Amino acid sequence: MQINGVEIEDTFAEAFKMWGTRLIITARNAKWAMEAATKMTGFATSVIGCKCEAGIEGEIEETPDGQPGVSVLFFTPSKKDLAKRLVERVGQCVMTCPTTACFNGLGSPEQVAVGGQLRYFGDGFQISKLWDGRRFWRIPVMEGEFLVEERFGIQRSVGGGNFLILGEGADVTLEAAERAVEVMEQVPGIILPFPGGVVRSGSKTSSKYKFLHASTNDAFCPTLRGLVETDLPPEVNCVLEIVIDGLDVAAVEEATRVGIRAASILGIQRISAGNYGGTLGQYQIHLHRVLEG
Amino acid sequence: MEKVTLRLKEPVTVPLEAEVISPDTFQGKTRAEIEGLPVYCGNEEGRLGDFFAVQGAEAREIVLEGDLSRVKQIGAGMTRGRISIYGDAGMHLGATMRGGEIIVHGNASDWAGAEMAGGMIYIQGNAGHGLGGAYRGSARGMNRGLIIVWGDAGNEVGNAMRRGVIVVQGNTGDFTGAFMIAGTIIVLGRLGDRAGAGMKRGTIVAFHRLQLLPTFRYDCTYRPTFLRLLLIGLRARGVDIGDTYLEGHYLRYSGDLTTLGKGEILIWEGA
Repeated sequence: MQINGVEIEDTFAEAFKMWGTRLIITARNAKWAMEAATKMTGFATSVIGCKCEAGIEGEIEETPDGQPGVSVLFFTPSKKDLAKRLVERVGQCVMTCPTTACFNGLGSPEQVAVGGQLRYFGDGFQISKLWDGRRFWRIPVMEGEFLVEERFGIQRSVGGGNFLILGEGADVTLEAAERAVEVMEQVPGIILPFPGGVVRSGSKTSSKYKFLHASTNDAFCPTLRGLVETDLPPEVNCVLEIVIDGLDVAAVEEATRVGIRAASILGIQRISAGNYGGTLGQYQIHLHRVLEG
Repeated sequence: MEKVTLRLKEPVTVPLEAEVISPDTFQGKTRAEIEGLPVYCGNEEGRLGDFFAVQGAEAREIVLEGDLSRVKQIGAGMTRGRISIYGDAGMHLGATMRGGEIIVHGNASDWAGAEMAGGMIYIQGNAGHGLGGAYRGSARGMNRGLIIVWGDAGNEVGNAMRRGVIVVQGNTGDFTGAFMIAGTIIVLGRLGDRAGAGMKRGTIVAFHRLQLLPTFRYDCTYRPTFLRLLLIGLRARGVDIGDTYLEGHYLRYSGDLTTLGKGEILIWEGA
């Protein structure tokens, strides 16, 4: 398969089961909502090193309290982790941020307590409010009050969707990745957890060092072409990866589809995807099937 | 949803005890069975069909027509469905109800929503005394649910309420929110004397200056975010909430310091 002369490899991205949620962070103005969201989703690129993956889904106009808001998606491998990480990050990054409030953005029967845990910070002065069947906590803080919903919906989600952009040079590959990110960010229900949505240090799941479980993906490193069994065509001098987490497979597939189309520009030799032969992940996102669908 | 319509045949002069007028009671009953339900007119037992012309059967929505200002306990204890009243409603409307919805296109008498534990009551006219309150001798009033009154309400609104939200678009009488344990009362008009007397927790929101009891202490002037949430939700339910109420600052007073003192009265200061 080719798009704009770019070869789309007949392969698949191997993705994993995760637990995900959506938070709505509001504030007096968009600046402070974004400040809190940025801090909350910082150092959340990969569960391998960060214990969670998170990103900003987008700015939203209609919020529960009518203030400017930002939607954040948050993923972890287990339910228990999700509850723990949410309490940590909402407590440290949202509650601390001036004028913010934090609401559940995912209607789901499965829920974890967030405000229900953070309320203890109020030291007995916290106030509960029940409205429309939802419980909120008003926690007194030096600036006034922090309003946080008691429980947040969670659902089975998908982490680690990906594709690789194999380009002739660094500049054109970066341009292709930026184009892909721009359109992928418009897809609801997904985030691209890495910096600017792009990864340059893709990994394999082994290492010569016993203490390390993941190491550089040498088959895709241009500087190692002469030393290892490479997966790179001769014209390729740069590879960038885009990793996708989503609330469901359909959203990840849609992001993959629009991303690959946008990344297929002159100077890109091939689009591939990262997998482990189908042995580890629960989901296989076949590039050809997604693009034909 | 099919409807059962009850039209009052002629005005009643003696109070009619009609707690049978409830979607729970009507569920699965034929028209004849509904007509045969027992009611008390004063101390005399009668049948619902003696007082009402009944149309329809087996419905979860009940429509009442006529001057029902002496028909008591309509929807009392109901758990589901809807009652629409075209006219005035008597005492104890929706008292102890746990679910469903009552809409009154007129006034409601005393004790509407008293000790209710869920559901919604919408009164487009005025409400009497004891709205959402606790009966004499009871420890707790309303405990969950929502009451909206587009007109005025009498004394002791939300007396000893434990949870839930009461909204009065007009004025309220004396002792609004007295002995509140928790919950929220929002009064867009003026409140009478001694609001929040003896309240332990809970919130009273006022949009006009009021004479506070000396056992309330000023805390600060701020913009409570939770109030925006409530007001936006109320606006969606047809309550007239201006933007200035959403954006404005509120004076917060804690009290009643003769008790726990964790209650609050929020007074709108202006935009």
